[in-house]
Amino acid sequence: MDAASYARAGQYLGAGLAMGFGAIGAALGEGMTGGFTNRAISRRVSMTPYLTRTMLVAQAVAETSGIFALMVAILLLFTKMADQGPSAWAAAIGAGLSIGLGAFGSGIGSGYPGAEATWGVSRQPAIAPQMMTNMLVSQAVCQTPAIFALVVSFLLIFMDYSSDPMWPYSAALLGAGLSMGIGAIGSGWGGGETGGAACKAFARHPRTKTSMMTMMLVGQAVGQTPSIFSLMVAFMLIFGNYTGQLSLHSTIAPLAAGICMGFGALGPGYGNGLTSAKACEALSMRPQNSGLIMRTMLVAQAVAQSTAIYALVIAFVLIFVV
Amino acid sequence: MGISGEDLMRAAAFLGAGLAMGLGAIGPGVGEGFVGGKACEAIGRNPEEAGLLTRTMLVAQAVSESTGIYSLVVALLLIFVV
Repeated sequence: MDAASYARAGQYLGAGLAMGFGAIGAALGEGMTGGFTNRAISRRVSMTPYLTRTMLVAQAVAETSGIFALMVAILLLFTKMADQGPSAWAAAIGAGLSIGLGAFGSGIGSGYPGAEATWGVSRQPAIAPQMMTNMLVSQAVCQTPAIFALVVSFLLIFMDYSSDPMWPYSAALLGAGLSMGIGAIGSGWGGGETGGAACKAFARHPRTKTSMMTMMLVGQAVGQTPSIFSLMVAFMLIFGNYTGQLSLHSTIAPLAAGICMGFGALGPGYGNGLTSAKACEALSMRPQNSGLIMRTMLVAQAVAQSTAIYALVIAFVLIFVV
Repeated sequence: MGISGEDLMRAAAFLGAGLAMGLGAIGPGVGEGFVGGKACEAIGRNPEEAGLLTRTMLVAQAVSESTGIYSLVVALLLIFVV
């Protein structure tokens, strides 16, 4: 079996993983948006054209991560990665995992703002333009982890590793794909929870326009931090230097680091999203206490990040110390 | 390639450490996030009691953290001690 066969086998497997996982999230998110829109229409039939338009816009943004996955799948099917070095098969599988899993969280997350926006507009038609802005901004921030995942996928597909030996580099590339892919799920989904709650809370108290946007953006930004840790670990694994004695344990260590950071970013990302979602809701109940609520939210999010930091530390130890 | 028993053991230990800390971070992350969210909601209902509510939140988050710390300990043990 020659290197070209291995590479193409990896590419085909990667393409399947990319499109398979990537299709789930976007569809779920869009379904949620569509369902809530129907409910909104039943509440206020006169606004049907506007609500349908809003739903289609929201679904289009949620579709983005599915399109990223499709793009990577097509690239994996048709580029010739065999020239890139003996680790090309691992790079291909890693690229597929990265965007596939990464698109999952962002897709689901982007569904929440659309759902709550249409429902909120049916309750308060006058706020429609500002609600559209809030919805689009929160959906855009939600897509960020999918964009990180896309960057990692592109790096994996197009980089040249001919100067690096197959092991442990292949394990490192698989680890990078897992780290970014799994790590992006939590932040994407959590950011979506936040955006949805912010849209709902804004409909409940339209005067909180700017402070709601601020609370939502700060909450989502802190919620992105675990996916940034994942991105960091993925970069370290891709650009790392693997000289030294080859053994089974030095091969498994980068893979284990990727798994550790991937799962380690999953929970805290989603948890941070839950916290900032409730903070946005609280803001609509007591707009005058926005400073206090923001402080409490930030403290809570900082504590929830702690296990992501433990996972980052263990990943560093596995990459650099062993 | 002949893999020695020692090598296989260390490889399995590293994989185990990654799984331990990785999967172990999921629960505390989601749980503490939920606690923080409900604390923000409670403060939204009753801002005057913010001090008490924040303290309770931190206690609850610390308890939820405990299994995350067990995971960290086991991961470190796997990497350095066994």
